[in-house]
Amino acid sequence: MTVGDDQIDVLLNDLLEIYGYDFTYYSRASLRRRINRLYLLDQFPGFVAFRLKIISDSNYVKRFVEEITVNVTEMFRDGLFYKELRKEVLPNLGTHPFIRIWHAGCSTGEEAYSMAILLQEAGILHKSLIYATDINPGVLDKARQGVFSLKHMKMYSENYIAAGGLSDFSSYYTVNFEGVKFDDALGKRMIFSTHNLVSDRSFNEFHLIVCRNVLIYFEKELQEKVFSLFDASLGKLSYLALGSKETLKFSNIHAKFKQIGHEKIWRKMK
Amino acid sequence: MEKNEITQSCHVLLIGGSAGSLEVLLKVFPKLSKDLLFPIVVVLHRKSGSDSSLSELFSTRTSLIVKEIEDKQTLLPAHIYIAPADYHVLFENTRLLSIDFSEKVNYSRPSIDVTFESAAEILGNHLVALILSGANADGALGLKKVKQNGGLVAVQDPATADSAYMPLQALLAVTPDAILKTDEMAEFINTL
Repeated sequence: MTVGDDQIDVLLNDLLEIYGYDFTYYSRASLRRRINRLYLLDQFPGFVAFRLKIISDSNYVKRFVEEITVNVTEMFRDGLFYKELRKEVLPNLGTHPFIRIWHAGCSTGEEAYSMAILLQEAGILHKSLIYATDINPGVLDKARQGVFSLKHMKMYSENYIAAGGLSDFSSYYTVNFEGVKFDDALGKRMIFSTHNLVSDRSFNEFHLIVCRNVLIYFEKELQEKVFSLFDASLGKLSYLALGSKETLKFSNIHAKFKQIGHEKIWRKMK
Repeated sequence: MEKNEITQSCHVLLIGGSAGSLEVLLKVFPKLSKDLLFPIVVVLHRKSGSDSSLSELFSTRTSLIVKEIEDKQTLLPAHIYIAPADYHVLFENTRLLSIDFSEKVNYSRPSIDVTFESAAEILGNHLVALILSGANADGALGLKKVKQNGGLVAVQDPATADSAYMPLQALLAVTPDAILKTDEMAEFINTL
């Protein structure tokens, strides 16, 4: 038994009307797959029971939102991307007296910690602030703790080397019972907060916005809206970084931006 | 090779494979007609990080245009679209793909099952799917879904596969419309 498209429409309408979460313009293929995955996982006897749970239990809605949005992430994913940030972007950021960076859709924080390590190695972490936001309060709680699973550290360490890391990766964390805890000096430069790219507005002006593998879950119309939000949140000569298969090329704001190098990093020229 | 009577014209051909499938495609792609009326979507298991080199390699072996799939990729006839390393590929509609970085399925991302199941829901009996050599069971469930939704399914002859496990698992899951040796595949595709 599966949840059909008409039923998904009903659920999305409930979520919008009761809780203010708007998934209407999320890419349907991924949404359909994840809703059906959750429906099976939580063993609902039928659609009515599923819907009732969502309507009546706000705690379950937290779980629902966390499960249907994808929270898979890595530290230093795509070494070449981080190399390019290090080589082309950070030297320019360093000329500012104070640096504001926004990680939009930061999930459990792995990318924000990767960024903090880069800033540290560029000697500019002390004057940087990383605003890391996500739609899910649950993943932000995890991100705030800065504790990650030990089993990923071998891969992250390899990623870090591929990203041109300058130190011994293990020097950034200590191992304890729950996993590895990253240096407090990194976490101190981060502010975690919920932000919904669909419904919330710009909240500051940034020198760099990083939003990787978030827009792939949005339909083009919604992508366009988010690009406008980013444009409004970037000053001239600031940067926008996207995921390796995402592009600004077909968007309305494209004319204002220039891609630097081969990675998915654009600079706002006007 | 008899064509399934109920299957109507092919709107998309899916090809899935793992270990040993690259060699097969390198033999088949040069013989494909450049006038194919449908796109080909290829999901191969490969190491993450081994980026666009695969589509570049295929480009040198076929007169069809080869592209690595990007976000919201539009499909055109006589084009070959390759799933990018480390993303799942889904069908939004008959002409539009999206990509997804969710959990691995069958230890794989891209997963053949994920793409085949998504395509089966959207394309029904306008879909043709082919499973090649591989050492993983990925693709078997997806192939079953394609068949259930009225699509045409084909499997590489396990006797000719470098790794027979994947085609054997596919044959356990579904009765195929065709079992193909490597040198029969191009003609099969050109006459769809």
